[in-house]
Amino acid sequence: MFNVNEIRKQYPILNGVKMEGHDLVYFDSGATALKPQGVIDKVVEYYEEYSTNAHRGDYELSHRTDFEYEKVRKIVQKLINCKTDMEIVYTSGTTHSINLLAHGLKHSLKKGDVILISEFEHASNVLPWFRLKDEIGIEIEYVKLNENNELTVDLFKESIHDKVKLVCLAHISNVLGQCLDMKEIARITHEYEAIIAVDGAQSVPHIRIDVTDLDIDFLSFSAHKFGGPTGIGVLWGKYDLLDSLEAYNLGGGMNTRIECDTCYYLKQAPFKFEAGTPAIEATIGMGKAIEFIMEIGLDNIHDHIKKIRKHAIERIIKEIPEVIIYNKDSEGGPIAFNVTGYEGARSQDIGSALATYGIAVRTGEHCAKLLVNLLNTKGSIRASLYLYNTIEDMDKLVDALKDIVEKEKINKGDALSWLL
Amino acid sequence: MATLNDPMLLRGIIMDHYDNPRHHELVDDSKYLSIRNDSDSCIDDITMQVNIKNDIIEVIRFDGVACTIATSSTSILTDLVIGKTIKEAQNIIDNYNNMIYEKKYDEDLLEEAIAFQNVHRQANRIKCATIGYDALQALINKYQEEK
Repeated sequence: MFNVNEIRKQYPILNGVKMEGHDLVYFDSGATALKPQGVIDKVVEYYEEYSTNAHRGDYELSHRTDFEYEKVRKIVQKLINCKTDMEIVYTSGTTHSINLLAHGLKHSLKKGDVILISEFEHASNVLPWFRLKDEIGIEIEYVKLNENNELTVDLFKESIHDKVKLVCLAHISNVLGQCLDMKEIARITHEYEAIIAVDGAQSVPHIRIDVTDLDIDFLSFSAHKFGGPTGIGVLWGKYDLLDSLEAYNLGGGMNTRIECDTCYYLKQAPFKFEAGTPAIEATIGMGKAIEFIMEIGLDNIHDHIKKIRKHAIERIIKEIPEVIIYNKDSEGGPIAFNVTGYEGARSQDIGSALATYGIAVRTGEHCAKLLVNLLNTKGSIRASLYLYNTIEDMDKLVDALKDIVEKEKINKGDALSWLL
Repeated sequence: MATLNDPMLLRGIIMDHYDNPRHHELVDDSKYLSIRNDSDSCIDDITMQVNIKNDIIEVIRFDGVACTIATSSTSILTDLVIGKTIKEAQNIIDNYNNMIYEKKYDEDLLEEAIAFQNVHRQANRIKCATIGYDALQALINKYQEEK
């Protein structure tokens, strides 16, 4: 039984932390999610009880570190239902995962090969591919989108062709929130003998992902988006594909032998991608965060968010005609919006005004700078939800927006009152 | 300067400079020193041009995509420094930065720019309030290097 009040008790920041004198209303989980006590305790436990290096020492405490650290691969395996925990590479997060993949594929791609991405991708799923274009002359193409900036299976079919060797798409966009039919997209991609790499930064925290059922080839995600520590994430890949990638970080822990004649031999995946001392406490914390969301149930989390989102959209449409919503039909994603007359750079003024009510949202381009062309505005406001948000939180946001809009009508510039 | 402490008046000043920014057009003329200040943390992206002759700022212009705070603070700055020597402009920049970072500053020198004295209340907006000042600082440095 999903009980949001019980869940909220487990987040210390939601119990006593004030913003501008108000209880915190946090709608910036798309940027990073709040951390539950269990994760915090697990991280502290490592520092207090067995703060040793992984894969290094011949003593009991070090063995405990190895055990806790390696155990997390099994937890991730359970989360995404991959074939073996040896397909799990620990990275510093989605960005690192995609860069690792781009570098790793560099030698198997050639001039003229096409990488298919979309215009709603986060910068981390754009720039590594742009650099490959500069380095080896691959081409970047964008999938076709419909008039609502959505990617349908039919449009994907129209976009893919024989020269496409790699498809890299966000499973759920970080701004518009559309959840792609990834199983069908993967099937079509494989018909063209191309690889499908999925950016799961926004999907892994929100929906049940079964990489075996989806039959995708790579998946990247970050722990901090579902309440784990920052600086830790995963690159998952089908083992043979993963092991064929070239490692770009060389050093301790990833080699088997080094000789004076400059010969060196690397370990196999996943270890060959994990040079140097890793973020041990963050990795262990990630395991705890995964256990936490799996225990609550990703379906339950998704249903809860959908309910709050629906409530918000209904209220905003009915009560604040000045608000433009860019993705009202997106099921469970963030709400991307603007206030008429305050689009673009001025969306920040609305964001700052909301902060004075204790409400945290994100304004700007949300690291999806190509999206500007689609939305026709340089900046928007994004309210992104997670399992600890309530209908009351959403009512506070809608009420505050209403208040800001009304006051602006009477007194232009009122949104900047905090400044005066 | 007592009247400038009236929030209604300050809001009026900010919105007036936002709605009708002063010196708000760029020219295509090589005699101007020009700089683009594109914020790395938000959308604000302004270009500023100056024509400095014998150390006097004869012309200053700006344009770009900018929020209320960035547009208004830059507009007020252009009013403050036009016709002034670079030494006087430097003094204004220094005092303004002192105000922004809650240090001692000369209120009289800053005139309408004191509207931004509380921007530290939302520290993420400090960049908006200083984008024009940073641009002018860079242009003054450039002028002195080229002198």
